[in-house]
Amino acid sequence: MSKGESGTDRVRAAAFPERERWDLLHGAILYLDGVTVRFDGFRALDDLSLSIDRGELRCIIGPNGAGKTTMMDVVTGRTRPDAGQVFFDRDVDLLALREPDIALAGIGRKFQKPTVFEHLPVFENLELAMKKSRGVWSSLVARLSGEERDRIEATLETIGLRESSAGKAGALSHGQKQWLEIGMLLMQEPQLLLVDEPVAGMTHQETERTAELLVSLAGTHSVVVVEHDMEFVRSIARRVTVLHEGRVLAEGSMDDVQNDPRVIEVYLGA
Amino acid sequence: MKGLLSSFRTRFARPLDAAVVGSLLALLVAVPILNLAVPEGSALHLDTFTVTLLGKYLCYAMLAVAVDLVWGYCGILSLGHGAFFALGGYAMGMYLMRQIGDRGVYGNPLLPDFMVFLDWDALPWYWWGFSSFPFAMAMVVVVPGLLALVFGWFAFRARVNGVYLSIITQALTYALLLAFFRNEMGFGGNNGLTDFKELLGFDLQSDTTRVALFCTTVAILLASYVACLAVVASRFGRVVVAIRDAEDRARFLGYRVEHFKLWIFVASAVLAGIAGALYVPQVGIINPGEFAPLGSIEVVIWVAIGGRGTIFGAIVGAVLVSFAKTWFTGLFPEVWLFVLGGLFVLGTLFLPNGVVGLLGRRAR
Repeated sequence: MSKGESGTDRVRAAAFPERERWDLLHGAILYLDGVTVRFDGFRALDDLSLSIDRGELRCIIGPNGAGKTTMMDVVTGRTRPDAGQVFFDRDVDLLALREPDIALAGIGRKFQKPTVFEHLPVFENLELAMKKSRGVWSSLVARLSGEERDRIEATLETIGLRESSAGKAGALSHGQKQWLEIGMLLMQEPQLLLVDEPVAGMTHQETERTAELLVSLAGTHSVVVVEHDMEFVRSIARRVTVLHEGRVLAEGSMDDVQNDPRVIEVYLGA
Repeated sequence: MKGLLSSFRTRFARPLDAAVVGSLLALLVAVPILNLAVPEGSALHLDTFTVTLLGKYLCYAMLAVAVDLVWGYCGILSLGHGAFFALGGYAMGMYLMRQIGDRGVYGNPLLPDFMVFLDWDALPWYWWGFSSFPFAMAMVVVVPGLLALVFGWFAFRARVNGVYLSIITQALTYALLLAFFRNEMGFGGNNGLTDFKELLGFDLQSDTTRVALFCTTVAILLASYVACLAVVASRFGRVVVAIRDAEDRARFLGYRVEHFKLWIFVASAVLAGIAGALYVPQVGIINPGEFAPLGSIEVVIWVAIGGRGTIFGAIVGAVLVSFAKTWFTGLFPEVWLFVLGGLFVLGTLFLPNGVVGLLGRRAR
């Protein structure tokens, strides 16, 4: 947002003084502050603070149990943190919303295990994901317009599943399901995409195409990718955050974090 | 509406749907002729007992369709749908009781026999209005629907899923069974409601009324079949299937999963209630036995054997298994439960898509 809006911002800040701090962060689309999640005494997230800029492509890496998936669970409303604050798009308090509202606010999520509607055709998977009214009644009388059909066709093209459009999603290969799920995310037209291990189970070629797709999305969307595949991370990342034991261990370019002695210690074992 | 219609048209292209609709239409025409027009001595004559038996099967079929709607399409394995069926049946039974008037054994013009027997001096408030047919019919829909709404609201909001949900639906129907057994409840206790005389002034024992009841059952089953096809083919129906396949995915796409589950559950309960209301005047009795947990499990077996998630499978399964039950319990009553159990096991092992799955594979 431009500085011309700072007048409104000041009004907002006066009305909600506690938000003054992040109203200064004009570039941030997602802001986590002091988020703590405890599971049976174990701290999955420990006072985690993190900020993602608008249009950024951020990779989050870290060993198993570092809290990567838990962080996504908190942002998408599946897990309620014990402490901390999470804001989206400057003033949307995500902790006050339930999962469907968070999705409608503009956050899309791809699960670690590809999750699609196995018994529905590929086309209908995308149709259901399309940004539209989600009400019970409107879904009962909904019809697909020609324009919407074109959008679905375009997405089918993007994710390379035009041939399988009429087939059941359950018949797709693992990698194709990953792509379909990414396609569903695109149909949702989110501002922020949270992508959990997008290239798991993909061939080398599929991985490359996924990298291209994610890079092309950055700029118009903000993208957060959690991934184990270092080569893949290197190929797409501009900025990398390393999580360890529920905290940010290091943040910077791929080269910076790879040369960080603390990161080396965590990854290679002390 | 156009969306519903167009999706219905594509759906209706399935040959098995046409077969089911065709056979129901054929029954609608043939049964009255064979029973009323063909003279009694003729080999083609269909006796009234058989007509009523067929009507009973079709009520079961409607109940099976209701279960298929929630289980086959939405993955909610309800083991308590007999409760909604019985509640619809009781609403109809209460109307039929009021129709008896002063022709009961005690000849009391104000109270049904069982209340006179219990020494009650006034009609309980929840019996008010049941002399009116429209009111009773409204209750057939409202009571099961409301129970499903309240039950579903709590269960789905709390995200009770899978086997836990199945268990509490069993508990629901079992609790109602125990409650309706009590005389103080005012629903006739153990004996239930029976000894009905007339429906809308028509003698329930006459052949014409029996045939009319059968035809009404067929017509309503047809209408609900067509309505269910339209619903499952709409986007609503696909969201429901999506919830069955990947509930979290649907939720993270922005669908309020609990609302979709709730409304399909309510619609299904209403359908079960209507089936119960059609059942009671044909069998002539409604008692707490209809709430028995085992009965609700049997419905699930019908759907599993017929083939779930197809609607017509539910109808085929209910009619086939009920027919087999009539036949077996007539000839070898002691083996029926073993046959039922065997059917379920074999069906699950070898026919995961039920009998219609087998037909579907052949057809393709």
